[in-house]
Amino acid sequence: MAAGALAHGHDADVIGLDAVHHGPAPKRIVTGFGFWIFLLSDMVMFSCFFAAYAVLLGQTAGGPSGAQLFNLGNVAIETGCLLLSSFACGMASIAAEERSHRWFQIAMAVTCVLGLAFLAIEFREFADLVARGAGPSRSAFLSAFFTLVGCHGLHVSAGILWLLTMMAQVFAKGFRADILRRLLCFALFWHALDIIWVAVFSVVYLLGSAV
Amino acid sequence: MFGKLTWAAIPFNQPIPLAAGGVVLVVILGVVAWVVLAGHLPYLWREWITSVDHKRIGVMYTLLACVMLLRGFSDAIMMRAQQAVAFHSQGFLPPEHYNQIFSAHGTIMIFFVAMPFVIGLMNLVVPLQLGVRDVAFPTLNSVGFWLTATGALLVNVSLVVGEFARTGWLPYPPLSELTYSPGVGVDYYLWSLQISGVGTLVAGINLVTTVLKIRTRGMSYMRMPMFCWTTLASNLLIVAAFPILTATLAMLILDRYLGFHFFTNDGGGNVMMFMNLIWAWGHPEVYILVLPAFGIFSEVVSTFSGKPLFGYRSMVLATMAICVISFMVWLHHFFTMGAGPDVNAIFGIASMIIAVPTGVKIYNWLFTMFAGRIRFTTPMMWSIGFMVTFILGGLTGVLVAVPPADFLLHNSLFLVAHFHNVIIGGVLFGAFAGYTYWFPKAFGFRLHEGWGIASFWFWLIGFYVAFMPLYAVGFLGMTRRMQHYDVAAWKPWLDIASIGAGLILAGIICQIVQLVVSIRDREALRDTTGDPWDGRSLEWATASPPPVFNFAVMPDVTGEDAYWAMKRRARVEGAKEPEYKPIEMPRNSPTGFVCAFFATFVGFAMIWHIWWIVILGLIGAYATFVVFAWRDHDEYEIPADEVARLDRANLAARRELVTEAGSA
Repeated sequence: MAAGALAHGHDADVIGLDAVHHGPAPKRIVTGFGFWIFLLSDMVMFSCFFAAYAVLLGQTAGGPSGAQLFNLGNVAIETGCLLLSSFACGMASIAAEERSHRWFQIAMAVTCVLGLAFLAIEFREFADLVARGAGPSRSAFLSAFFTLVGCHGLHVSAGILWLLTMMAQVFAKGFRADILRRLLCFALFWHALDIIWVAVFSVVYLLGSAV
Repeated sequence: MFGKLTWAAIPFNQPIPLAAGGVVLVVILGVVAWVVLAGHLPYLWREWITSVDHKRIGVMYTLLACVMLLRGFSDAIMMRAQQAVAFHSQGFLPPEHYNQIFSAHGTIMIFFVAMPFVIGLMNLVVPLQLGVRDVAFPTLNSVGFWLTATGALLVNVSLVVGEFARTGWLPYPPLSELTYSPGVGVDYYLWSLQISGVGTLVAGINLVTTVLKIRTRGMSYMRMPMFCWTTLASNLLIVAAFPILTATLAMLILDRYLGFHFFTNDGGGNVMMFMNLIWAWGHPEVYILVLPAFGIFSEVVSTFSGKPLFGYRSMVLATMAICVISFMVWLHHFFTMGAGPDVNAIFGIASMIIAVPTGVKIYNWLFTMFAGRIRFTTPMMWSIGFMVTFILGGLTGVLVAVPPADFLLHNSLFLVAHFHNVIIGGVLFGAFAGYTYWFPKAFGFRLHEGWGIASFWFWLIGFYVAFMPLYAVGFLGMTRRMQHYDVAAWKPWLDIASIGAGLILAGIICQIVQLVVSIRDREALRDTTGDPWDGRSLEWATASPPPVFNFAVMPDVTGEDAYWAMKRRARVEGAKEPEYKPIEMPRNSPTGFVCAFFATFVGFAMIWHIWWIVILGLIGAYATFVVFAWRDHDEYEIPADEVARLDRANLAARRELVTEAGSA
């Protein structure tokens, strides 16, 4: 086949557009690809909230600024929880590849606990801010902060619901092909939330503390 | 218990919306009663409502668009009538009602007519053109459709329960903030668009994945029909642009519901951020609508000229260029809002540059027709009408892309004339061309030609009579959205425009008659072979309507215009019977309908602040997700004998036609 491609294609094959096409991709590829496209669209949505945060960063309306509010030590613990949960999620994927029910459930449970810890810290941070009179309706800066970070938090919460559903599914039905495809999507989702959190950590907390 | 919802929400004192709503309600109840009494409900549920077949879903999208076109057009004709009589008088529509009508007209025509029309045609045709059995995610496809229907339903509920937004089709703050729009109108707008927006995003992801990952053997990118390319470009834009709309509307929702300060006048909010965000979605949206129409024209012009599309590669390049540049022109929607000359100049130039690939396309269509054997059928008439009309609309677009000129024309009726010129002349004519062209594929019989041609001429002439005067009054200084006026010079132009709206009404009546007549005479108009137009792409290689699995044996593509090549080969070699195998197809699923059921309640309860229904609805939605995820068998098998039986019947019909042609 390689020889054939060399023999009859100089122009089109070189730009990769007329390469031999073998028909529809297998289901696993299709599902994963579609989910990637969804994740990209989700990142576009997040980028709007990031843009709004960047625009409104200085608009404190006489209220507190990021430097006065953010507790970076807290955020470091949050970040640690989320990154470790991503590691545990990776372990769950490996356990699923190995078809090990026990290690899969353990790794998913660890992912879940770390995710819940992250949410608990975030919730405490939010409650504390509101109690100090720095809620989202205090200023445009705080509106943008709560929306961006809260949107990530909502994603993590939805992810935990999904995670629990997946644990139940594997428990009830085992590592069927369709369930493995869903696990692939879940893992992609969970890791994507990590990437977004890295951006939140840098843009919201690090840059925000400097203002 | 019921939040803000009281009996005061029903506009008993306003006869027009109440009567209109009453008529709609009676019609809906009548249809439902007929369906139930005649025993069609099980059939509808089994074959349509729960269907995950891309062809059925495509048909339902298109049907939704046609019904909503009637609603949107009623708004249009009321506005034209109002402006024709409201000279030195209040006319027959009070301001608060008039404002709702132009807002509803724009919202409905863009989101619930143009969008479902093009998405419906893409759904129906693209898998057939790619030579495959379904889209990438059939059940999600159904979810997407039903969520769109939910959005449309909520907009129409606002007619009788509460009110619709008075803020225009894009709710510019601070007018749309709680301070200036305390009613539920803006909330109806926000929630119906959030819900249908999710549906659109799902459709976009589905079609992108389908085009990129699910094509038959040999269907490499540069062999795809042009409609598949424009579908890809349009859906890439959906995936990249609709999340921006979701985020922007979410910010406005937070402002209105929880006292946030994204776009408010106080608290450090930034109104211009809304303008930038909404148009960063809004301008790509224009191309989301028109690119599929360009694809339809490419198919129609090539088929009815009996020639391959001229300049296929340049057409692909132009499509993808438009896809990218469409994200770089958004600021031309607010040149007057203080960006400064440098920024305005850059966006003005970008807006003119995007006219270049569009021009390339026009030349390609003209050269496709050149020296071809042109058949002037209804779809071809729409295409030619489009070329003339769209060039005009494009040129007035280039005119308003010049910032100094835009300062004079901004928000005038010249602008209104311009965008109707491109959307009616481009998107709607394209949708009608596609509707006529692919109707026999979907239903197995052609539409009546005479009524189609009549409708075309009424629409074309009606369009010019309705909108050319608006260019003129725009030059005379008339701004858009005026409920009444006292400039005598405008009056005759607006009278003429209302006559144009009447002519368009005649065009719509012709289309309704065409549908009725075609259904009555369906035996005479029957398409027995599946290839009524002597087509070139793979959708004509299967029966009309296609069997649920589309192709008994997935076609093997060896070049551009795949079906044309197959026909030529068959004439020389004769067709061999393929080896039939059993086919696995996805099972129908009520998931989409159930999701939309809960979404409707959540949306309605959000609008009226009925929090317990919101919570119940969300629990229901999660339960649906779990139940769907728990299914064990989502496919069923069609035995090889059945596949062979259906395919042999179609091949026999085709062979008969070839022999007839040979003996003649």
